[in-house]
Amino acid sequence: MAEQILQVEHLEKYYQKKHVLHDINFHVDKGEVVTLLGPSGSGKSTLIRCLNGLEAYQQGTITFEGKKIEPTEKNWQQIRQKIGMVFQSYDLFPNLTVMDNILLGPTKVQKQDKFAAKKEGLDLLARVGLEDYANAYPRQLSGGQKQRVAIVRALALHPDFMLFDEVTASLDPEMVRGILNIIQDLADVDHMTMIVVTHEMNFAQQIADRVIFLEDGHILEQTPSKQFFSAPQTKRAQEFLDSMDF
Amino acid sequence: MDHSGISVLFEGTNFQRLLGGLWVTVRIAAVALIIGLILGVILGVLRTFKNRPLRIILRLYLEFFRVVPTVVLLFLFYYILPREMNFNLPGDQLATLVFALWVAAEMSDIVRGALISVPQHQKESGKAIGLNRYQLYRYVLIPQAISLEIPATINLATRVIKTTSLLLLISVMDVINIGQQIIEANNHTHPTGVFWVYGLIFLFYFLIDYPLSWWAKRLEKKRLERANG
Ligand SMILES: Nc1ncnc2c1ncn2[C@@H]1O[C@H](COP(=O)(O)OP(=O)(O)OP(=O)(O)O)[C@@H](O)[C@H]1O
Ligand SMILES: [Mg+2]
Repeated sequence: MAEQILQVEHLEKYYQKKHVLHDINFHVDKGEVVTLLGPSGSGKSTLIRCLNGLEAYQQGTITFEGKKIEPTEKNWQQIRQKIGMVFQSYDLFPNLTVMDNILLGPTKVQKQDKFAAKKEGLDLLARVGLEDYANAYPRQLSGGQKQRVAIVRALALHPDFMLFDEVTASLDPEMVRGILNIIQDLADVDHMTMIVVTHEMNFAQQIADRVIFLEDGHILEQTPSKQFFSAPQTKRAQEFLDSMDF
Repeated sequence: MDHSGISVLFEGTNFQRLLGGLWVTVRIAAVALIIGLILGVILGVLRTFKNRPLRIILRLYLEFFRVVPTVVLLFLFYYILPREMNFNLPGDQLATLVFALWVAAEMSDIVRGALISVPQHQKESGKAIGLNRYQLYRYVLIPQAISLEIPATINLATRVIKTTSLLLLISVMDVINIGQQIIEANNHTHPTGVFWVYGLIFLFYFLIDYPLSWWAKRLEKKRLERANG
């Protein structure tokens, strides 16, 4: 049996009175790619934000790499170095160059050697086709380029786990493919463990080992990808797939 | 009359004295601004923390310095506090202190406003790479806040420089006080000297303040262009 890297048990999340995640239970194996699908407002973002401590949860436990997480800000600061996250908005730091965006975590948080970190940063930039942009400022980049840098910035910390929250949703259509290829490459070449939230059904089908389908804050099913896309277990998932038209 | 008014400016050491007075003015404003800006950034950062008592105290501090007119503050610190609390400082140092505390108060509000207008996403992506609170402020929030706040800060500086004209009231030998002395000493020989002395003082203030406000406007315009483009 594959080694589990993440377990979520009985997670409950409220925004004030509003109950947005109900008894969430799932695990992710090392090297596995899970896509989190579900209609808008079903709680996908909220769930993956709970996984790196950007949202507090009211009940339940998250276990990462065999250790139950005590949800204090200090602990999360440690864990976030192991769990990279890329958001929908291209949120590079506008006051820093591309390279300084990438180096901030490795050199200030992890105290990596600056020279080595820079070299690695350049390698990662080359990998996403942006080796010429190390000294550019974010405002000089297109949306797709910014999003690639955001991915590199997360990878520079050597995470064991990546979370992607609709990273192509605000991009021009012609930029989308490039970003998706990078994520695909991370799965195929690096065997990176990840949870991917996406509205790109073809991509989800292509990359996912397993699909978690969320609706109204409930996990309705967790199904191997092949099966989910050909014959989902629940009627709601079938309706969801039908509505997506791909 | 063999003395035209303008010559009063160049008689004896008058011009040097006026420049000396200008230097006192500029020094008080500059030192107060430097101390006030640093203190103001610290207070502004503290005002974004969740701690309620701290926020209330700092808010009261701001309101006090904002509501009480600067003249009253100067009098309070120059005439009243020394008597009540046995706290004596020469006029120019005292003025520097009052102005610095005032700048810190105003600056704390500017910094706080700029910090809370940095988008929430920036904070989250900083956290997502493991930054702690200090690092988040130091590398992400404060640098971005500063670029938002520079125009307001320059405008504050021009207000401080203008307000130094009140220094005369607590007997600091600033440029206006010295000008006044020169006018009085030459009143008989140069009856029109008053126009020239004040004309020169006007020019001094203009030469300092105008470039500053021009700079503030330009930065603001550039920032808006950048934000839209
Ligand atoms: N900060 C917040 N305060 C209150 N309610 C929130 C907040 N963020 C999200 N919600 C609510 O929680 C529920 C889940 O939202 P979430 O953003 O996780 O959905 P999602 O599945 O990511 O949707 P989308 O596909 O549109 O991104 C929604 O009902 C939403 O309105
Ligand atoms: Mg979402």
